[in-house]
Amino acid sequence: MKVAKDLVAASATPMVLGILAEADSYGYAILRRINELSGGELDWTEGLLYPLLHRLERLGHVESSWQSVAGERRRKYYRITDSGLAELAEQRRQWDTVVGALKEIWRGDSQAVVLGVPG
Amino acid sequence: MSEGLEAQFAQWRSYVQRRKELRGTDVEELEDHLRGSVEELVAAGLRDDEAFLVAVKRMGSLDELSREFAREHSERLWKQLVLTGDVDGAADPGKRRELVALVACAVGAALSVKLPEVFGLDLDRDGAFYATNASLFALPWLAGFLAWRRRAGAAVIGVLVGLFAVGAVAANVYPLAETSMSVVLTSIHLPIALWFAVGLAYVSDDLRSPRRRMDFVRFTGEWFVYYVLIGLGGGVLIAFVFGTFEAIGTSPETFVSQWLAPCGAAAAVVVAGWLVEAKQSVVENIAPVLTRLFTPLFTAVLLGFLITLVVTTSGIDVEREALILFDLLLVVVLGLLLYSISARDPLAPAGLFDKLQLALVVSALLIDVLVLLEITGRISEYGTTPNKAAALGENVILLANLAWSAWLLLGQVRRKTPFAALERWQTNYLPVYAGWAWVVVLIFPPIFGYR
Repeated sequence: MKVAKDLVAASATPMVLGILAEADSYGYAILRRINELSGGELDWTEGLLYPLLHRLERLGHVESSWQSVAGERRRKYYRITDSGLAELAEQRRQWDTVVGALKEIWRGDSQAVVLGVPG
Repeated sequence: MSEGLEAQFAQWRSYVQRRKELRGTDVEELEDHLRGSVEELVAAGLRDDEAFLVAVKRMGSLDELSREFAREHSERLWKQLVLTGDVDGAADPGKRRELVALVACAVGAALSVKLPEVFGLDLDRDGAFYATNASLFALPWLAGFLAWRRRAGAAVIGVLVGLFAVGAVAANVYPLAETSMSVVLTSIHLPIALWFAVGLAYVSDDLRSPRRRMDFVRFTGEWFVYYVLIGLGGGVLIAFVFGTFEAIGTSPETFVSQWLAPCGAAAAVVVAGWLVEAKQSVVENIAPVLTRLFTPLFTAVLLGFLITLVVTTSGIDVEREALILFDLLLVVVLGLLLYSISARDPLAPAGLFDKLQLALVVSALLIDVLVLLEITGRISEYGTTPNKAAALGENVILLANLAWSAWLLLGQVRRKTPFAALERWQTNYLPVYAGWAWVVVLIFPPIFGYR
């Protein structure tokens, strides 16, 4: 099962902000972490991640800085800001509402559909 | 990491850098990502080159990636004209030097306008002097700027100095009365003659190349568009100067009419030229776009005029202004032709637009022949004046150009002559305009007894 594109896009912001709230990170590591957390089910592309990071930076939710790693290479690290934390809290509230409502609907209806277990 | 892998990264980098949606820092960030991916794959047991291939493949198509970036950074698709330095902050000394040269030339042009006042001339009282000399204030500076940019040789610079000197002599040595026709004729034709001197400076890095001459035609069109735009901006500025200063009871009229307007107009000549040079590769040419818009409209108007003429069977009323009007019509048609040539892909086969152009040129020719027949009758009846002779000469020159262009266009539409023939004809014809303008400026006044 792959998560639908729309759903991936909708959940992208809280996910990135959530990961950055754990610790500062950089693009590749964020993608790895998302992969890990979802057991490889969330299909993120670089085309989704980097423009999103740049947008969050433009909105002031994250800050970036270049840090040198091995040799001449530089790596762009992202750090969540206070406004990013506030945004995360807001997004979290909204997601809790959505997830809560869905759970309410699906209570007792524990069919395979929800879990996606192959028949 | 191995050398082979580094080479592959370098290749990838140069490939990705060509995308205008991606800035240098984006490429760096993506490369870091790619390296992370490769390292992990190598650690998992893949060989370097295999890991690289897989990592690149995982990143997905570059088109898609660029599209996603463009969605966030849409401003990058609007090419920005950066005056000094580039986005990453590194100032380019060449660009800075050019900016200094530009400012020097623009200030020079602005001050040249005020220079005659040192010798007791006045912008209000000596209208004839300023009318005939107007082009001598600004154009030498533009030519100088272009010659400097092209690193023109001593011979070209000598010829340029000579041409402008001849222009100065023609404008000032002949005893032309302020109300004479010759003053008007010189005021119109000297700028044209000197503009071709600017053209010489423009093509000074490759004098014989027809491609370069075509570039000058493009330059002229873009320069004109920019000059008009700067003029509009200047008008707004002047309106605000008047409005604000009059609101506090001070009249800025002297300042505007003696300084701001004349000096600004002269400086704008140089600035517009520089803008065309600077944005050459940055912004799409606007003159060909206007051409595309107006060629069908002009064709429709001219055909409509011809049909009306035939249906109503009324002759053309050739008043004094009529000849000049039809001269201007031919200039517009020629301009439409030139600028669509300047933007045309030389290898593209003839299409609908070429046929439309043929219709435009042929209808303009038909109208002009009718006008010419009428006017030669008039001249043989009443004798000639400098105005009529100049207008007639221009008409003949334009007619000759358009007639042969029509022939070449016909060949092109029938796929017998290549497009290059038309382009070569137009670029080779350019000196004819310059020659005629010099004839009017230098030879007409003595012939017609300085009337």
